[in-house]
Amino acid sequence: MALQQIDQFSAKLRPETRASVYDGSKKGHEKRTSVLFDHYPDPDHLRRLAGNIKQHVVENLDTLLPAAAAALERNGVKVHWASTAEEANAAVLAIMRARNATKMVKAKTMVSEETHLADYLGKNGVECVETDLGEFIIQIDGDHPSHIVKPIIHKNRRDIATSFEKNGLGAYNDDPQTITRRARAHLRKKYLEADVGLTGANFVTTDTGRLVLVTNEGNSRFCLAATPCHIAMVGIEKLLPRETDLGLYLNLLARSGTGQQLTVYTEFISGPRSATQPDGPEEMHVIFVDNGRTDALASDCREILRCIRCGACLNVCPVYRQASGHAYRSVYPGPVGAVLSPLLAGERFPELADLPKASSLCGACHEVCPVNIPIPDLLLRLRNRGKQEGSKAAAAGTPPMGAWSLLASQPFVWKTSLLAGNSLNYIPKSLIPVPPMQTWLRDRTLPAWRGGAFRQWLANRPTPPAAK
Amino acid sequence: MDHASSALITSPSRPSGKRVQLMATCLCDAFYDDVAKATVEVLEHLGCTVEFPEGQTCCGQPAFNGGDWASSRRVVRHTVKVFSGDLPVIVPSGSCAAMIFHGAPLEFEKEPDAAEVTALGNRTWELADFIVNGLGVKQWPGRYAAKIAFHRSCHSRGTCSGPASLNLLSSIAGLEVVPFGEGEQCCGFGGTFSVSFPNVSAGMGNLKLDHIRAVQPDVLVSGDMSCMMHLGGLAEKEGKPIKTQHVAQILRDALKNA
Repeated sequence: MALQQIDQFSAKLRPETRASVYDGSKKGHEKRTSVLFDHYPDPDHLRRLAGNIKQHVVENLDTLLPAAAAALERNGVKVHWASTAEEANAAVLAIMRARNATKMVKAKTMVSEETHLADYLGKNGVECVETDLGEFIIQIDGDHPSHIVKPIIHKNRRDIATSFEKNGLGAYNDDPQTITRRARAHLRKKYLEADVGLTGANFVTTDTGRLVLVTNEGNSRFCLAATPCHIAMVGIEKLLPRETDLGLYLNLLARSGTGQQLTVYTEFISGPRSATQPDGPEEMHVIFVDNGRTDALASDCREILRCIRCGACLNVCPVYRQASGHAYRSVYPGPVGAVLSPLLAGERFPELADLPKASSLCGACHEVCPVNIPIPDLLLRLRNRGKQEGSKAAAAGTPPMGAWSLLASQPFVWKTSLLAGNSLNYIPKSLIPVPPMQTWLRDRTLPAWRGGAFRQWLANRPTPPAAK
Repeated sequence: MDHASSALITSPSRPSGKRVQLMATCLCDAFYDDVAKATVEVLEHLGCTVEFPEGQTCCGQPAFNGGDWASSRRVVRHTVKVFSGDLPVIVPSGSCAAMIFHGAPLEFEKEPDAAEVTALGNRTWELADFIVNGLGVKQWPGRYAAKIAFHRSCHSRGTCSGPASLNLLSSIAGLEVVPFGEGEQCCGFGGTFSVSFPNVSAGMGNLKLDHIRAVQPDVLVSGDMSCMMHLGGLAEKEGKPIKTQHVAQILRDALKNA
């Protein structure tokens, strides 16, 4: 009975990596909790409200998406639609080719990770530079993000100093300020040389067609200030019905994601620069990306599309903390990834159907989610689907339950087994050939079997005192 | 489905009263008979008449969590049949209680007998929740001289069980509840998770044990023996055993010093 892949990954994880992930996520969770509860008497009320509004969006994408597109177009934005990752990447390349553009600076966007945009552009002769510091370090390392908000949570500053040295960004120096200054100097040149700036969007308001971006480094701002063309890749679920909803979501997103009241930069973008504005892109494109989202919408797990990518569920998740983000073999790790990644995988669902197993179902993810996604329930539904689709990845290490269910639905057999189990106390447990039991016993003892003892006590005791 | 539902919600109109049915749980049936005994004794101390439906087996959670809902539903259907009637059903486990009032209705959403399953959930109580919020008992008599660490099991997250247990324990003379670090974190048991993710499970458990040992309690107490089986088993295997008790055992033993 092979073990689960995520468990095996965790067992082989470097202790330093586990420590970085644990410390980073624990701090993130503690900051989130103190800020949210300091500022709001009843944050759960806000989470439920935010969940309801996003659920409304998810349920009404068919009318909200055309409305948002119309509002964007009124603002002078060119709107594109991409069903797949390939179509999304091709749309970006087509916009660039039309402008004879060869250099892109790029802000952090999860949807572009989904489509592997940087690799695609590289293969098509476009230089695509990540400008978010964490993503920049990932890029020069040829690594992958392991957290939605803190992509390099798995690295410590010594790891980063080593990769800077290897990539010609100065002699080894693990002082965080020095590292940041070196990246800044390197990137400043890239911004000024670039033809196109690419961002994602944290929110798109349907009524006003405004794109909202939150960052802490100001890099997305630089991408837009320095380039004449802005392309935004946006998942189709990123809509908010009204601009007035932003107050709720910006407050929840910053507090849930980074424990801030508000991120350092919050940009409200309503189209390319107007005739009276001196700076800013002359051309702006929004590419709405599906890439499996309508499959998620059609499933019994559509609540996952409420997600605003804050990473709070990763930070609080004990499995994420033990296993790290890379264990999840997909762009989205942690509890949200365990639901979203298999859903977005389409026909490859069975390959990733072990991800929903990577949870003790402790419910901490649901408790912290700013849009109140019942993640444990969704994990359970996907476990059932994994079983129905015969996923080998999902079945690994899971004790078969068919025989047990027969035992547990026939009282006579059940009671007989309880008594028969007492013989287990007379043979060494290491000799009992039940794989799950041997797995249990590797790290733990098992208490003595006392099958039926309670029933005997109940049957043999004197008549209990009558109710008062 | 209520999209706004918080983690685990118990029905606001669960029946109370002093005639109850006991769901002892399979763990108590197989390993922890003293916990089931203590539960009966505590309920009888409160004047309850406790019925024990003989045909009971398990709540169905192992297969439910393992993803085999067809097998789980077979066991849940049996449980619904065994616990017929309209009496409150009392469970000395937050986890099994949550399976009945939350898990089972989830896996029966598209089944013809969903209503019967939900009806059982609507009269199911975790033990401490029943004592405090069902019977209105908030002070516990007697004495228990010990420093205890209370592990709030995850299946009481969002329910009244955690606060109810703490309320009862804190009211016992001589008993001190000591808080420990990262109390919101899971112990790593997780049912079948404990054997399909043994490394992660043990890692989570050892972190929990580190936090608990740091405050040097005399006893580790929980409303769920599954967590205690995992944590106690890890500690014993390591050669540094800790004393574990169920809330019901503390309540029963406090009465002995009344």
